[in-house]
Amino acid sequence: MNELNKAHEEYEDFSSYPDSGTESATRTVVVPGEIIASGEDLLPGEGTRRDGNDVIASRFGLAEKVGRVVKIISISGAFVPRRNNVVIGRVSDIVHSGWIIDIDYAQNGFLPLMESPRFINKHEMDQFLAIGDMVSAKVWSVSPKSIDLAMKGKGLGKLEGGFTFRVNPSSVPRVIGREGSMINLIKENTGCNVTIGQNGWVWIKGQDLDNEIKARKAIEFIAEKFHVSGLTEKMEEWFAKNK
Amino acid sequence: MVVFKRLDGRKSEEMRPITAKVGIIPNADGSAMFSFGKTIAIAAVYGPRLLHPQHMQDPQSAVLRVNYDLLSFSVSDRKKPGPSRRSQEISKVTSWALTPALDLKEFPNTVVDVQIYILQADASTRVAGINAASMALAHAGIPMKNLVCAVAIGKLDKELVVDVDKNEEDFKEGEAATDFPIAKLANSNSYTLLQMDGNIQPNVVSKAIALADKACEKIYEVQKKALKEVVESQ
Amino acid sequence: MSSMNTSSLTQEMLVRMFAAGKRFDGRKLLEMRDFTIEYNVSNKAEGSARVKLGKTEVVVGVKMEVAAPYPDSLDKGNLMVSGDLLPLASPRFESGPPKFNAIELPRLVDRMIRESHVIDLHKLIIKEGEKVWTVIIDVYPINDDGNLIDAAGLATIAALMNTYIPNLDEAGRIDHESKSTKKLPLTEGTVPLSFTFFKLGDSLIVDPTREEEEACEGKINWGISNWKGKEHMLHSCQKGLEIPLTREEIEFMMQTLPKLYDDTLKKLKKFLK
Repeated sequence: MNELNKAHEEYEDFSSYPDSGTESATRTVVVPGEIIASGEDLLPGEGTRRDGNDVIASRFGLAEKVGRVVKIISISGAFVPRRNNVVIGRVSDIVHSGWIIDIDYAQNGFLPLMESPRFINKHEMDQFLAIGDMVSAKVWSVSPKSIDLAMKGKGLGKLEGGFTFRVNPSSVPRVIGREGSMINLIKENTGCNVTIGQNGWVWIKGQDLDNEIKARKAIEFIAEKFHVSGLTEKMEEWFAKNK
Repeated sequence: MVVFKRLDGRKSEEMRPITAKVGIIPNADGSAMFSFGKTIAIAAVYGPRLLHPQHMQDPQSAVLRVNYDLLSFSVSDRKKPGPSRRSQEISKVTSWALTPALDLKEFPNTVVDVQIYILQADASTRVAGINAASMALAHAGIPMKNLVCAVAIGKLDKELVVDVDKNEEDFKEGEAATDFPIAKLANSNSYTLLQMDGNIQPNVVSKAIALADKACEKIYEVQKKALKEVVESQ
Repeated sequence: MSSMNTSSLTQEMLVRMFAAGKRFDGRKLLEMRDFTIEYNVSNKAEGSARVKLGKTEVVVGVKMEVAAPYPDSLDKGNLMVSGDLLPLASPRFESGPPKFNAIELPRLVDRMIRESHVIDLHKLIIKEGEKVWTVIIDVYPINDDGNLIDAAGLATIAALMNTYIPNLDEAGRIDHESKSTKKLPLTEGTVPLSFTFFKLGDSLIVDPTREEEEACEGKINWGISNWKGKEHMLHSCQKGLEIPLTREEIEFMMQTLPKLYDDTLKKLKKFLK
């Protein structure tokens, strides 16, 4: 697993995703306002709230109880950035202190000049990143005023060659898989470099067109399956069929 | 007791067949269709996304922006494309009907856009639109206290009826037709849309609300089922 | 859904792919996506159809109104095509005054329908010189995954083929209550369809997805029919965007259009009632 996937791991526990391979807790689809479970000892986690004795869904998704914690895994909706998210974005403007990056959210990201891996003259910023260039970066901080990005770290930086496309952001944890198992399977079977942003944007670069197209197809296949168990096995079959 | 006979043979408390489907517009963050009989509403949700112009932004919350309109061929006499006074008013009351269900504080300075269009109109279009929009918002993953359910209660002469259609809207006998669209947060005592045109005695209103409560319970079950089917059909 | 356009990296990738005759969805460059057609989108329309071309969805409704003829064409009915890019259909579409694309879409449909004379407007006279039928076609995208215009063309002809002229009451007003069995008079054998070629690098493709359409640098729309069932006939054309086309490319399109038309017409016929 490369550094980039480690970065994903820092804030998300992938062991809870359907691909885990282990016997996972039962998941049920819930709608907002629905009672998920009742009991004084339960802890309302992400996407839930407590009302008296009940834990109630605050959003649509898959409800899951692990130990005492009840939470909701989202299965749809727009991307909302959080600290440490890896995102793929596009340089949309250059200002005196850094680059404005469109990260496909309601607010642009800001990449400060000092995040450049080498010294850059303020007048030659487009030599490093020009408008329209694609980057992979990490969300450093989120505030109502700005979303600051960082680009130091393995796997982060300007994207050279290859191509980008988008999947549903809520499918990203599945596409990565537990400890990067799914993405590694795709890399092994196609020989492509793959970077997946939490904002749903994916970058692929391979040796030849056919493998690049196949890697994308594989990722789109996973992204469209909501909560299939044993997805890793299904993907192994898929690759066997799509040789 | 004389049983009131509606033009299409329904009982007073009987809604037309209701159907719902979620995920009908792949481009949208959330989408849904809801129909009462021949009235068909579709809704798409986009966002949270960038709100222009900046002075409309709220630093403490996302802004809900609702647009309701009829497709030009959804009514007998073609509707000229573009917003009318009627559609602007319905857009606004729909926004008021939905807002209490939403928790938009997580998304400051952004907008959540709700687009509602009526494909085929046979009265009760605004309540069909609210039901579709409520499902589309949930589908878009927007944090919500609950779904919103809506129905139009009618009064034909002295008889209260549930889910008014176009023929009933044009009822002329006795105390004539009253249209009383009502929306509420599901399974609650919170009413978020109350509009009324016609003739209704003050002491009849609570009966109308009780009828709406019952109808909304059924509508809620249909909405819930449609949302769950998005995942389970995969 | 995303507000980010197709990236320049993807555009460069598509240039390489098209040059090698490949597309992400496995289609050939000149292959249309599969489509389905449903009727009776609205029972308030005199005719309507929904076309799903891949993930692109367009609905078209036809309304018939009684009107005065235009002074310069007293001997025929009127045709009007309108529509809007509903913000429902794409994160790219915005409310407010129509942008150019929203104006162009119904105009292209209008010219294809009008110039092919598929609607026999001379048969739409109610009272010579005084009262005629106006055919109003409204085009609305429901989901834009590229190539709205060709989907709109399919939906329009499907809707027209299932349009009925409403009955008039004694006062000459439209009677919306009674069911009409009188079909809109169409020219026997003429079925106009729209085909748009898109250019990227040195390649021409048809029926782009939104990703492909955003990457393409040039386009040209053709309205074509099997005129009165006799022979292929072009009725309308509009080159869009700034990239020029070569003579070889134009000739290439003239060679490929008839087959594209025939293949699509064959598929369309499966859905005709």
